[in-house]
Amino acid sequence: MAAGEHVMPRALPLEELNPNERIKHGSRFLRGTLMETLADPVTGAVSEADGLLTKFFGIYQQDDRDQRDERRRSKLEPKYQFMARVRLPGGACTAAQWLALDGLARQYAGNTLRLTTRQTFQFHHVSKRNLRALIQGINAAGLDTIAACGDVNRNVICSANSLQSPAHAEVSRLAHDIGARLLPRTGAYREVFLGSPAPEPPPDDEEPMYGSTYLPRKFKIALAVPPQNDVDVFAHDLGFIAIVENGAILGYNVCVGGGMGMTHKASATFPRLSEVAGFCTPDEVPDVAEQTLCIQRDYGDRKDRAHARFKYTIEDRGLDWFREELAARRGRALQAARPFRFDSSADRLGWLQGADGHWHYTLFVENGRLADTAKRPLLTGLRAIASVHPGVFALTTNQNVTIAGVSEADRPAIEALLTSHGIANDGYISGIRQNSMACVALPTCALAMAEAERYLPSLVDKVEQIVSQAGLADDPITIRMSGCPNGCPRPYLAEIALVGKAPGRYNLYLGASANGDRLNALFRENIAEAEILTELDSLLRRYAAERTPGERFGDFTVRAAVVPAMVNGRDFQRAPDSSRSIG
Amino acid sequence: MPNPKERDEWAHAPFEAATIERLRALVADLDAGQRLWLSGFLAGSSGAVSAASAPSASATAQRSVATILYGSQSGNSERIARLLHDKFKERQVEATLLDMMDCKKAHLESAQRLIVIVSTHGDGDPPDRAMAFADFLSHPKGLRLGHLSYCVLALGDSSYEKFCETGRQFDARLEALGAKRFRPREECDVEFDLVARRWIDDVLTHVVASSNAGVQSNGEIAPRGGDAEIRSATVSTAHTRRNPFHAGILTNQRLTGRDSSKDVRHIELSLEDSHIRYEPGDAVGVVPKNRPDAVDALLNATAFRPQALVRVDSQETELRSALIEHFDIGPVTPALLQRYAAATGSSPLAELGRSPDAERRYLYGRHLVDLVREYPPAGLAEAAFAQLLRPLAPRLYSIASSQKSAPDEAHLTVSVVQYESFNAPRYGVVSNHLADLATDGASAPIYLHRNGGFRLPADPRTPIIMVGPGTGVAPFRAFVAERELTGAGGHNWLFYGDRQFASDFLYQAEWLDARKRGTLHRIDVAFSRDQAEKIYVQHRLRERGAELWAWLQEGANFYVCGDAERMAPDVHAALIDVARIHGALTEERALDYVTGLQRDRRYQKDVY
Repeated sequence: MAAGEHVMPRALPLEELNPNERIKHGSRFLRGTLMETLADPVTGAVSEADGLLTKFFGIYQQDDRDQRDERRRSKLEPKYQFMARVRLPGGACTAAQWLALDGLARQYAGNTLRLTTRQTFQFHHVSKRNLRALIQGINAAGLDTIAACGDVNRNVICSANSLQSPAHAEVSRLAHDIGARLLPRTGAYREVFLGSPAPEPPPDDEEPMYGSTYLPRKFKIALAVPPQNDVDVFAHDLGFIAIVENGAILGYNVCVGGGMGMTHKASATFPRLSEVAGFCTPDEVPDVAEQTLCIQRDYGDRKDRAHARFKYTIEDRGLDWFREELAARRGRALQAARPFRFDSSADRLGWLQGADGHWHYTLFVENGRLADTAKRPLLTGLRAIASVHPGVFALTTNQNVTIAGVSEADRPAIEALLTSHGIANDGYISGIRQNSMACVALPTCALAMAEAERYLPSLVDKVEQIVSQAGLADDPITIRMSGCPNGCPRPYLAEIALVGKAPGRYNLYLGASANGDRLNALFRENIAEAEILTELDSLLRRYAAERTPGERFGDFTVRAAVVPAMVNGRDFQRAPDSSRSIG
Repeated sequence: MPNPKERDEWAHAPFEAATIERLRALVADLDAGQRLWLSGFLAGSSGAVSAASAPSASATAQRSVATILYGSQSGNSERIARLLHDKFKERQVEATLLDMMDCKKAHLESAQRLIVIVSTHGDGDPPDRAMAFADFLSHPKGLRLGHLSYCVLALGDSSYEKFCETGRQFDARLEALGAKRFRPREECDVEFDLVARRWIDDVLTHVVASSNAGVQSNGEIAPRGGDAEIRSATVSTAHTRRNPFHAGILTNQRLTGRDSSKDVRHIELSLEDSHIRYEPGDAVGVVPKNRPDAVDALLNATAFRPQALVRVDSQETELRSALIEHFDIGPVTPALLQRYAAATGSSPLAELGRSPDAERRYLYGRHLVDLVREYPPAGLAEAAFAQLLRPLAPRLYSIASSQKSAPDEAHLTVSVVQYESFNAPRYGVVSNHLADLATDGASAPIYLHRNGGFRLPADPRTPIIMVGPGTGVAPFRAFVAERELTGAGGHNWLFYGDRQFASDFLYQAEWLDARKRGTLHRIDVAFSRDQAEKIYVQHRLRERGAELWAWLQEGANFYVCGDAERMAPDVHAALIDVARIHGALTEERALDYVTGLQRDRRYQKDVY
């Protein structure tokens, strides 16, 4: 769309828009026919339209894809089940909440919880008939699942652990404030899942900000406290980078137009890093967030959902247009951006002392999966810790959990529980495994084209042999695997990324920076494990031999021209240069 | 003079009074065999049948020049199919648009020209919605497509190894089934727009040009259904238990999910060349045979000689083969126990017989082999031993298909009986035999068992209520299919129950489809193990009592099929309660009402 064109997509007639827009508009603020389809005992599914609406309440309908074909032959419907995602701004919960969620996972969700890259919990394998009980249990614990998915502002994330420093605490409070301000107002959630009575007459203006069609697509906000960029602040629609001076936050750089998702081979879709648009003071942040969201509400593409994220609005209209539009809406412009520096997007594992002397233990959770395995009974171990730990559990955006706010006196007790359950980080965890991340993918995710969480650990086993032979066992190297190109585990910001194309086949991307400020680039397309290992073997050996002091693997692959430096997302979808070969 | 029941039936006949009189006179002159033939003939001739649902193959095929069959995952194939369909419309050419998910054998058989548009996904896989169609093409069960001309548009992504694999396979399969390609296959890569548009133009030109010629030749195409029906119906056959038909196994498919405690199979038998004509409600008898290993275990437990001659139906047969073919060697009955006690002179066994409770406890799970191990048949000759045994009874299975939808098939719903007792695995004789049959060339000896007491209402407008938990649902699959294919207007209500929703909901996908198509109007389910308290179908009957009563007042028939021991009496009691509560009747009047339903044949049972 040409800059300066003044048609707001939101103002177009509904018939011209994507069918989802009509469903949203006709849903009576997300009520749809959910009461009826949830009560239908003949199917484990809800209707297709209702399935769209449940997302706004953090609930995805899925099915066990391992059983899909087998059940079709058996004349059974797919094994429908639901994923429910908790809304947890800033990613922290109390020990009591942890115990409540653990209990619900055991009762309704297949004895497992999943920590996500957006700093929250997911329940999987929930049957339709247990869905209400689960949602009510989550609400009874003082949490909810509203807007954890859907075309709204999602869970607001921030640099992990509010107890780390006063700056972290302030950022966490801000995450809550933004989250509350941008929350949908519809009563549908309470009526459908919590048993609240439906209002009479039905309301027609429940969503003063969102309106009846909500946003064109999801909207994600992240706040980062440099020098940690654990949240990958440039990967979101809207980012705030705290400018800290002598421990105090002066304000925030505002960055806009980031996002990971793309479609294989569709060159109009691409991951994009957000750009810094300016600076605002802390008290301005909630309003900047709301006005930015409203700009996207009005100008985001509502015809083509593959082009509906805010990143395309910014890409198409430009950063200057955004600055002007925001200034016009707020009556004042952003200030000039302030300098900042990010070191790393990784978590710091193990014990770390906070500004107030308390201790925080960041526990490595491979791919965020909390379950009891013979080797590592993580669910039970953490339950034991939550039973004695009076503090906070802070989830990180790298799928780990920090046991936060442990006094010097309590440290031995926590350590003893970590050790007795065999879940501590003490056992050897290579640099590459510490920095590995995968999405859930098969068998539950409807979008997955290939395995991710179930496969990455065993692939890392093999890559570990390569790094240890190359003398790189302790080097932090980020590797992320995604079952599809939509980018939940932020693969396009990994030094090594494997993005699923088909069962057992992945695109290999290389060359992202280690601090989240440069995308990677396609290196090999549609390859299987043997080829992945062959390529990594030769690249990692060469890296070990040729790297400059302190040089990271992603930077090396760019310097060595293995891949180009991916500066602009719009250049992302081009075929790899097959003549370029190394080794 | 017609009997009262007959008069009733004529009262609802959709004819003028004069026509009714002529038909009645005509029918009165026919004997039973002639009537049967006529009913089969009328049922099979397309003029008499109007399919009620959207995918009505015969109706559309009459006018339709081409069937556009698409298999779509992300919507691209469907978009192309719709575009082509629109182009046909612009040219006033009648074409049928059909999703592979809805494609039935009859669609292929009745189409003249088939235009296939299908994409390929993952590792050369068809779209999810086309999986069943792909399966069907690979195992087409006697499908012949010599009459059909076709072409294929294949969509794919050349960065995958198996580019356009599904389109290629479908193309090859259609050719193998005798269809003639009217245009070579076209393959599209990710950027398919241009190729697809050119292909559409090309197909359009071809079809429009040849369909003008085709209009005249239409009439010459041999009528399909009608003639075949005449030929098969005129040959009378009598397959019986002694002279069974060896029905080929077309499908042997587990119906229960992987977490189920049961193994229930959907078995499709081929009736080709059997001349068996069945009606919904009929059953198939399967001639049983004991497992040779079970017979050998019994022989090894005794000193009997396998070759010793014993008498079976006044013929001499070797003991071993008699035990395999003719005698029941399974669970011991009280009567057998008493005969055995008398023949062997065993006083402990005779003692047992005097206390029914002790006897029941003793017999629980005990097979013949267990009895002879504990109390050897000392002094008993082979022939005398054989005289004690019961003949091996055939097993009857309600047919789960309508012959109108599958003319050469009978479908069975078979619960595979397997359990352990006295440290040995026990196998239900027939169910395991059926379950073990492979689809490549195996056959089962069967005969038709008519079940005149379990019939759909004569008036297609009569509503029906079907209570069929577990494998009891089998005949209702036939009922609903029959009522769909005959366009019966009466509403259909099914009560289904089993242990677990997720794994034991037999034919769930079909019920959901039927509900979506509007041919199953209501369905209520009870899963006994999905919650703390046990819930069964009779609970649902009571919960729905008011509506149930209203349906009965509208003249609905009420059918029960399945377990005779507990389910059927519980359902019977629930029905009396419904009459009492919602009909405001006394206990006695409610009982009379239900008895009346049975007398009027509006309440029918097929229980076992």
